[in-house]
Order: sequence, then structure tokens, then C-alpha cells
Amino acid sequence: MGELINVFIESAFIENLVLAYFLGMCSYLAVSKSLNTAFGLGLAVIFVLGITMPINWLINEYLLVPIELEFLRFILFIAVIASMVQLVEMVVEKYSPGLYAALGIFLPLITVNCAILGGSLFMVSREYTLPESVAFGLGGGFGWFLAIIAIAAIREKIRYSNVPPALRGLGMAFLITGLMGLAFMALMGIDPAVIAGPQ
Amino acid sequence: MAEVKDTKAVEKTPLFGKEEKQLIYDPLFDNNPITIQVLGVCSALAVTSLVYPSLVMAVAVVFVCGFSSLFTSLLRNTIPKQVRLIVQLVIIALLVTVVNFVLKAFAYPVYKQLSVYIGLIITNCIVMGRLEAFAMANKPWRSFIDGIGNGLGYGAILVLVGVVREIFGKGTLFAGSGIDMMMIGPSEDYWINTMATEGWQTMFGWYANNNLMVMPAAAMFVIAIVIWIQRARNPKLVDIS
Repeated sequence: MGELINVFIESAFIENLVLAYFLGMCSYLAVSKSLNTAFGLGLAVIFVLGITMPINWLINEYLLVPIELEFLRFILFIAVIASMVQLVEMVVEKYSPGLYAALGIFLPLITVNCAILGGSLFMVSREYTLPESVAFGLGGGFGWFLAIIAIAAIREKIRYSNVPPALRGLGMAFLITGLMGLAFMALMGIDPAVIAGPQ
Repeated sequence: MAEVKDTKAVEKTPLFGKEEKQLIYDPLFDNNPITIQVLGVCSALAVTSLVYPSLVMAVAVVFVCGFSSLFTSLLRNTIPKQVRLIVQLVIIALLVTVVNFVLKAFAYPVYKQLSVYIGLIITNCIVMGRLEAFAMANKPWRSFIDGIGNGLGYGAILVLVGVVREIFGKGTLFAGSGIDMMMIGPSEDYWINTMATEGWQTMFGWYANNNLMVMPAAAMFVIAIVIWIQRARNPKLVDIS
């Protein structure tokens, strides 16, 4: 259990997908203009990352590796992600219209969110186990959620500041992300083992 | 009216005419995928701490972008509207797999360095963005040029950021590629020797490598500065939001 908490904290704070690896940058910059939409997209990312990671893990471990079809990894992973997003969209629409109204528009966007595919590829290259990959998916999603909420809140505030015209909007978003990245580096000092307790 | 018709008839003949040139130039400057359209920022900023991996990444994206546009454009009339995203993704994933294995075979160290970012070209929004916006509605040759142009616009920013970060962060250029230019640093091996006691090199005695530039955050600052310069020169590009 301690091991899993380690992975979660590491992926959420220390190796944040957006601020340390720049994954999911496009939707992060495009959808962070208001806090509400950022919140919706952030939730959807946690959701989809948490679901696709174990599925891709199973596919990789029991289908691709045994029959040595690793070269199909990219195609299969992206197909799984695309179809899972579609499936999740349908299920959510059927059973939870409230959640669908909140997430609905963002779900299709997530297929091409690099954080999702990136998560799966990191999972393979770091050789996580199944429970670890779930923890990594949830942790990475949570980190992404935190980052987009933080920048959306800052961008809402900064609209009232006197920024040089040429830097307004996109330029400021880049600068703020850079500063947030530096701030998150301070979290590198966290020793996940201490939080997780004795194993 | 007659004149307009005439020019259209003439335009069909040249293989690389004015419009094709526009398709290359536009994304390089005024419609740059990264600084103006904000597409494809995702997959590649982390690789720009050195020039060589950025260059390899840029070439890979130009290749994938160009050929996926070409193939999609060739297939555009046979792809059903409902499944077009999946078809596009499969075409891109195929090309990226090719790139992945070519790099693994011929440039293993840089393949290791780029790690997952090669695979992430698949979800690079410029590639899909160009397929959706251009290749699905245009002839193969023009789509190919458009893909190449956008890949180049993306690569140009990538290499620019790489050059700035490597010179100021490490004092070298093209480290790891076999060319290994030593630009500035505290020993005889460097082109500018900051420890020199005589000659023009003493001017640079204050220089020290800036470790901030090696960190991922520096890429954001460099791009923000590029955006700033670009929009200050061309106020039309400023967005109000």
C-alpha cells in the first residue's frame, strides 16, 4: 500500500504531467480561460486516465508482450484511448446526465490529450505493475487537475492587471506556467516514503 | 471576370507556385503552429534542453506531418465522416511507429533521450489539426506542402528554443550529435574561454552557466519571449482575451 501512495504522490506533485513533462499542454492552455470549464476538463482527465491506464496495462502485458507485437503498441494504445473515451461518454450520458452535462463537451477533446497517451507510454517504460499503473493514472490525473485549476484561477485574476498588450493572453499563460513549474519544483524535496509511512 | 478565370487556369500548372510558397511561409511566421495557433505545444517542450534532440524531433514531426497529410488527402473521398478521427489516428500512429523504429535502429542514444515523446507525436495537435483543417478538403500535393510547412514552423520554434537553452544552460551546441560545439565555458576547450586572462575573451569573465535554462520551466519563458517579440512586431496577432 505504501508503494502505491508513493507512486500517487510522485505522479501528482513531484513529476506533475503538465508542469514537469508538458503533457496535455494544448487543452491546458486552450481551456484554462475560466475556472468552471477548467474544473470540468480536469475531472474528465482524472476519469479517463484512471480507466485507460489499467486497460492499456492489461493489453500490453497479456496481448502485446506474449505474441511479440510490441511494434503495434502506439496504434493499439491510441485505439483503446479513443474507444474508451467514446464508451465512457456513452455510459456517463446514460447513467449520470448531471455529470455528462459537466464533462460532456470535454470528453472528445481528451482523446488527443497527450497526457493520456503519455501516461500509458510512461507506464510501459517504467515497468509499473497493475496496481501501480492505477495509482499512476489517478495521481497523474490529479496533478493535471490541480495544474489546470491553478492556472485558470490565476488567468481569471490577471485579466484585471495591466499587462503589456503583446503579452496578453497566451504570452502570460506561458509565463505563468513557467513560474508554476518552478514553484512545483520545490515539491521535489518531498520524500514520498516518509508520507507513506513504514512499509 | 475573364482575368480571374485566366489566373486560375494558369495556377494549376506550376508544381511549386505562389500559393505553395505561401503554404510554407505562413506557418513559419504569421501563423506559427506553436506561438499563434497554440497547437502541438504538448509533446515536445521537454526535449528542447539540447539542440540535437530538438532537431531530431523537428525532423520527425515534419516527416509525420507531411506524409500523414498526403495519405489522408489521398483517402479523403473514401473516409466516412463518422470514423474519420480514428482513420486519421491510425495513419498518424503508423507513421510514428515507422519513425520510432528508424530512430531506434540508426540513432539509439537520441531515441533513448526522446523516450516517450516520439510516441507522443501521435497526439501532437498540429498533425491532427492540419488533417482536419486542410488535408480533408484539399488535393494531395497541396496538403503535403501544407503539412511540411506546419511541421517546419513547429520545428523552427523547437530548434530556436533548443539553441537558447543549450547555449545559456550548458555552454555547448549540438552536444551528443558528434559535432559537439563547445561555445562558452571555463576551460581551454571552449570557443569562449571564461577563465582566460588576456585578449577579448576576458570580456566574458562574468559568464556562468544558467541552471534555470536546463529546467523544463525555461522552455515556457523562452516561448513567452518569442510570442512577445512576435506580437509586439505585428499587433494584429494580439488576442484580447
